[in-house]
Amino acid sequence: MQPIDMPAVNLSLLAPMLIIFGWAAVLLLVDVFAIPEGNKKLTGYLAIIGMAVAGLAGLPLWGASEQGLSTFGGMLMLDRYALTLTWIFLMVGALSVLMSLGYLQRQGIEQGEFYPLVLFAVGAMILLAQGANLIVIFLGIELLSLTLYILTGFAYPRVTSEEAAMKYLVLGAFAAGFFVYGIALIYGATGTLSLAGIAAYLGRQTLVAVDQTLLLAGSGLVLVALGFKVALVPFHMWTPDVYEGSPTPVAAFMSVGTKGAALAALLRILTQALPSLQPIWLPLLATLAALTMLLGSLGAIAQRNMKRMLAYSSISHAGYLLLGVIVASTQTRGTEAFLFYLLSYALTNLGAFAVLVALEQHGELAWSLDSYAGLGRRKPLLAVAMAVFMFSLAGVPPTAGFMGKLYVFSAAWSGGLGWLALIGVISSAASAFFYLRLISRMFMQESPEGVPTTEVSRGVGVDIWVAVAATLLIGLVPAPFITLIERSLVAAGS
Amino acid sequence: MVPTIYYVLLSAALFTMGVLGVLIRRNAMVVFMSVELMLNAANLALVAFARQRLTVEGQVIVFFVITVAAAEVAVGLAVLVAIFRSKGTADVDEVSTLKG
Repeated sequence: MQPIDMPAVNLSLLAPMLIIFGWAAVLLLVDVFAIPEGNKKLTGYLAIIGMAVAGLAGLPLWGASEQGLSTFGGMLMLDRYALTLTWIFLMVGALSVLMSLGYLQRQGIEQGEFYPLVLFAVGAMILLAQGANLIVIFLGIELLSLTLYILTGFAYPRVTSEEAAMKYLVLGAFAAGFFVYGIALIYGATGTLSLAGIAAYLGRQTLVAVDQTLLLAGSGLVLVALGFKVALVPFHMWTPDVYEGSPTPVAAFMSVGTKGAALAALLRILTQALPSLQPIWLPLLATLAALTMLLGSLGAIAQRNMKRMLAYSSISHAGYLLLGVIVASTQTRGTEAFLFYLLSYALTNLGAFAVLVALEQHGELAWSLDSYAGLGRRKPLLAVAMAVFMFSLAGVPPTAGFMGKLYVFSAAWSGGLGWLALIGVISSAASAFFYLRLISRMFMQESPEGVPTTEVSRGVGVDIWVAVAATLLIGLVPAPFITLIERSLVAAGS
Repeated sequence: MVPTIYYVLLSAALFTMGVLGVLIRRNAMVVFMSVELMLNAANLALVAFARQRLTVEGQVIVFFVITVAAAEVAVGLAVLVAIFRSKGTADVDEVSTLKG
């Protein structure tokens, strides 16, 4: 056996992630010893400050990241793809914390450790964006999942929350088993777990039959495991239950963060490690994307509960994101489309969940579709904001969602996947039905009797208006955002 | 020396037993144990491949997997205890308030 060389370590490339993890660990202690009970919002504000600092720490890396630098012996890498994702994830984390500030208090589940846990999850997402080795990707997924299991069950002792945590945990652990066994088989076939190493090995020599089988089986298992995390059809069953049971800000965070991070890792695996297997996985993933888009939209139509409806809607949006990931294997345009769609979907979906949080005073009142009747009278501003988010999710111009869909579908079209783009258009047409149904219910129907008026707390208010402004801004003037993302792709792996 | 393929076949058998255990058994505790079996099957395969290729990478990864498995069990048992306290059962079929 060869001796182990200590690889060169360049910590500055990991500054945002290190700040997040370090701050999360410090904040756990600060929360216990320095922040009085009943004033835990302070921990939340400190967490937001930490994320802002981490975001700023990423700025000086912009120039260096053009080349795609790796550190820790090629375990982690920093390129503009990773950096752009880092900023998107930090934004998702900050907006989620912002909407949980008042929510936790109102629900009587205010515990300070909520905010450090969100920080850990955000750090794990950044780890997934930067991971260039299957073992790092495994650790990122597990760290993200473990924190999310706890956050899902955070409304303990509410039975639905415990139950959601249990379901998520059993399926998540099951998927983790698939992932580890998959990477074990890939290691057996190629003798390495570094993404670039796998591609180099596959490029250098043709595998013998046994190794070829191991590689295919291993890649398949990894794909299934990531499919569970992203909730691709047919691995999506847990999503509605888990979103319904978990605290609403956590559901918002999961619907955007987990999906984005797992797909970001999938994109890296496909483009950097397995481009030579593309003829095999491309039709497979294209079928999954088609099923995910269609069944997500169809599933949402039948739902009477807002949280479940948004869960199914997030499934179909994962399908659109997957479309970008698939195209990314042949053209950088796909990666651009993926990042742009993730940005616009993140802002819109967090906004929609923030409206849910604003209406949810005690318990489950705001979850039924009927409780939205007449919202346009009772809370005109909130209803208008919700309408903007619904238009954006449905892909109606001039919103971010429309630009995102346009980008993804045109990328798929130019990538030679016209039929998939067509299915995407059909699916979003079908999804317009339930998004617009909510809007008509808010504005065309009378309020039911005895609905308590709600006060929108400051954090959620800020959240909603940031999301509305960003949704409209990206929809009306998409050019700067597209340029930014195009520039971010100079050195990404594809 | 025993050929690597035997170890791999054994690990595949263990992995399949783990998968079947998760799918068939209804007690959450047994489900967690089956997941552990899946992870340890992967560990066995990793060590066998590392031995075959004479690299340490595979062996190092096993430590990471063991650590993750321990963390998962810690969270898993906490959730299990919470569920047991409020429902008085650890049967995954009876945990079904959420559906639709």
